[in-house]
Amino acid sequence: MPGSKVARPRLDQPFVIGAIDTPFGEVPVIPAALTRADRVGGYKVRWGIGRYTYTVDPGLYALGAPDDRSPVLVSANYKLSFDALRRELVGRDAWILVLDTRGINVWCAAGKGTFGTDELVRRIESAELSFMVSHNIVVVPQLGAPGVNGPAVRRDTRFRVVYGPVRATDLPAFLDAGMRATPEMRRVRFTARDRAVLVPVEAVNELAIAAWVALAGVLLSGIGPGWYSLARALERAPIAVLTAFAALLAGTALAPLALPWLPGRMFSTKGAVAGALTAAAGLGIASLAGLALSPAALAAVALFMVAGASFGTMNFTGTSTYTSLHGVEKEMRVAMPLQIAGAVLATALWIAGGWF
Amino acid sequence: MPELRYLEDVVTLEFDVEKCTGCQFCTWVCPHGVFAMDGNRAKVVDRGACMECGACQINCAFDAIHVQRGTGCAAAIIASWFNGGKVSCGPTGDADSEGACGETPKGSGCC
Ligand code: SF4
Ligand code: SF4
Repeated sequence: MPGSKVARPRLDQPFVIGAIDTPFGEVPVIPAALTRADRVGGYKVRWGIGRYTYTVDPGLYALGAPDDRSPVLVSANYKLSFDALRRELVGRDAWILVLDTRGINVWCAAGKGTFGTDELVRRIESAELSFMVSHNIVVVPQLGAPGVNGPAVRRDTRFRVVYGPVRATDLPAFLDAGMRATPEMRRVRFTARDRAVLVPVEAVNELAIAAWVALAGVLLSGIGPGWYSLARALERAPIAVLTAFAALLAGTALAPLALPWLPGRMFSTKGAVAGALTAAAGLGIASLAGLALSPAALAAVALFMVAGASFGTMNFTGTSTYTSLHGVEKEMRVAMPLQIAGAVLATALWIAGGWF
Repeated sequence: MPELRYLEDVVTLEFDVEKCTGCQFCTWVCPHGVFAMDGNRAKVVDRGACMECGACQINCAFDAIHVQRGTGCAAAIIASWFNGGKVSCGPTGDADSEGACGETPKGSGCC
């Protein structure tokens, strides 16, 4: 409801279960516990279905039965962020102040500045927060800090920003400790579980690249003595397709999952090793199964898996929680010429494999 | 599990201890424990862990911290070569696109 001063979220959103009447409009009431519909929605969005429209209305919500002393917790209007916060607050009462981040999670939105100082100040005002609570604290998730100038919020409103923990799961302990976070709560991790959740997203993101590579591989497979032969293309195509998708799997699934145990600090190194291991395993199985590949084709397959997986894993830098811009730039300067050379050489060898 | 660490000696983080008033904000916002208090002032204790997110700089009211913030994302850097823009999440780098990171770490369990 742009334009109107008090913009309350709509009451007809599916997760709203009631309303609190105030002189400044009705504040929607939401339960802490997630419903089946909430969970199904979250599952779908992890596979990329409707990701950009998985939103809630920005503004103030009442979780449970908050009063003027209840804490105010700030979140983003990406429903997954909103739900991650909700489900940790079972048995508690709180105000949830949702910023308009255009359906993007807190950390990414903070990086862009949509989860930011101006938006927070605007929402504090448009939600009439001063009227709703008697204290002066807004709890902002720590990962929102890259977008929020805490001292400036204090200057521009009567509210003080207290940075909450990185993970919503630590919120109960943080609140119970009088809004104090332990050093552990302030650290971002990148656990096996975090990485596993990201694998489908990453694999789907790069699926198109693998499909194009597979198609190119199939087309090139027909080249050989007598210039082009469809029969030869069809005969060699399965290996080309398998190679493209094995590289994808090695780079976007195996390497992310095995990240801490793969050697090197650069993601491209870790990916190259994952590609080499996958190639060794795949070619080993193929030879046991009695598949005879020419030396040139063998080298092409192995080389492409190393280069392709290296590139795939390098793209995982953006998904990780600990890479810096200048670090990734350095990594790319080193790795990309090698990846490109590897892919070109692999292509040449694959074509040569039509003869030898 | 071995610790995950990225490259050392690459980040642009600069800290001017003379300007620091010891307000502690940087120690609260940094997700990688780069800052710690040392008496009445902050101190950089683990520069190599910095990911250039910029949280410390924007929350330091005393201009004691400078960092060229950005997204440590290869896909975003590649996208920036084509649109000539700055490195930012999303294929177009605008505020509405989430881009390559999709759900991100970032979404699994964080607020
Ligand atoms: S935020 Fe700035 S002034 Fe405050 S402790 Fe850190 S460096 Fe010092
Ligand atoms: S830029 Fe981010 S990671 Fe680096 S020191 Fe500042 S808060 Fe920590």
